[in-house]
Amino acid sequence: MKKKAALSAIFFLCALLTTLCFAASPMTSHQQQSSYELMSAENKAMQDDISLNPAMFWVGDGESLWQAKGSPNTKSCASCHGDVKKSMRGVATQFPKVIKGKLQTLEGQINQCREVRQEAPKLAYESKDLLALTALIALQSKGMPISVKETPTNKKDLKQGQEFFNQRMGQLNLSCAQCHEERAGLRLGGSLIPQGHPNAYPIYRLEWQTLGSVQRRLRNCMSGVRAQQFEYGSSEMAQLELYLMWRARGMPMESPGVRP
Amino acid sequence: MSKTSRTSVTMPAQAKKGAIIEIRAIAQHDMESGFRYTEGGKIIPRDIIRVFTCSYNNAEIFKADFYPGIGANPLIIFTTIATESGMLEFKWVGDDGYEASNQARITVT
Repeated sequence: MKKKAALSAIFFLCALLTTLCFAASPMTSHQQQSSYELMSAENKAMQDDISLNPAMFWVGDGESLWQAKGSPNTKSCASCHGDVKKSMRGVATQFPKVIKGKLQTLEGQINQCREVRQEAPKLAYESKDLLALTALIALQSKGMPISVKETPTNKKDLKQGQEFFNQRMGQLNLSCAQCHEERAGLRLGGSLIPQGHPNAYPIYRLEWQTLGSVQRRLRNCMSGVRAQQFEYGSSEMAQLELYLMWRARGMPMESPGVRP
Repeated sequence: MSKTSRTSVTMPAQAKKGAIIEIRAIAQHDMESGFRYTEGGKIIPRDIIRVFTCSYNNAEIFKADFYPGIGANPLIIFTTIATESGMLEFKWVGDDGYEASNQARITVT
């Protein structure tokens, strides 16, 4: 009799857990899917195997930059942050993030540190050095879930980002959502349309033959629909990036990823 | 002033005599084809790796010529037979004085 009661209690708990899991699932219409799942076995292997992933060269460069001082008087990243493996663990999962009232992307925060703490000039977007530092920091979050949440401080930016995501733009008059939300999993030309989650940036894109930031990828889509591209490092970019990261919350980071 | 870059070699550190071993060698290089133009219409000069060689205890066992059609950060995967313990040396030579090298030790039992 007791055994039976215990069993039914377990059944009840299981049922409760499943309901809770469904309720907590971030996307109600479909399951989140990394575009990693759409890649060929060769490209998957290239991302997973560090001896094949070309992005590891940037990580190596990033490690030297982390220790480098601009001049004898200034500090290196390591002077304040110490061991990158400890201090930067999980950091990339939280960006973009509101810091001192300003929405800051990971790249923006690196440049902020350079200007204020290191008294060094800002690094240009898509420059080798900025990509190297971003890749090094993002690598420390590999496998960790994206943890961007809605907070009272980022609420406004998140809402604006969502509006950009749903706003039609360009001569083709398409929004991000029309492809990456409504038609994800269908085909555009010969390729499957991914859900567009920024969980592997910076990525080594084979088409680019180099590493690139999420903003480069977003500008890519904007030029594809023949829209005026958001500027690198602009607040619009940061807001859109924030919404995308929030939309991908809970997904494990793959940085630095490889994409075709 | 000669240029160089990061390279990485992956191969087993130990092997049985006569076994086939796989070697992966990748070099960081833009492989600028020489066919592209800047936004201003000026041609970007060719800057590629020309030759890759691998020697096993000073005997050349693998060589590849590279051409402008090869993409950035070229990866070469090839095999050889583990004949004796010793050193494998890898060398990349290219345009504009580019030179990079790497080495790996193998113990054959």
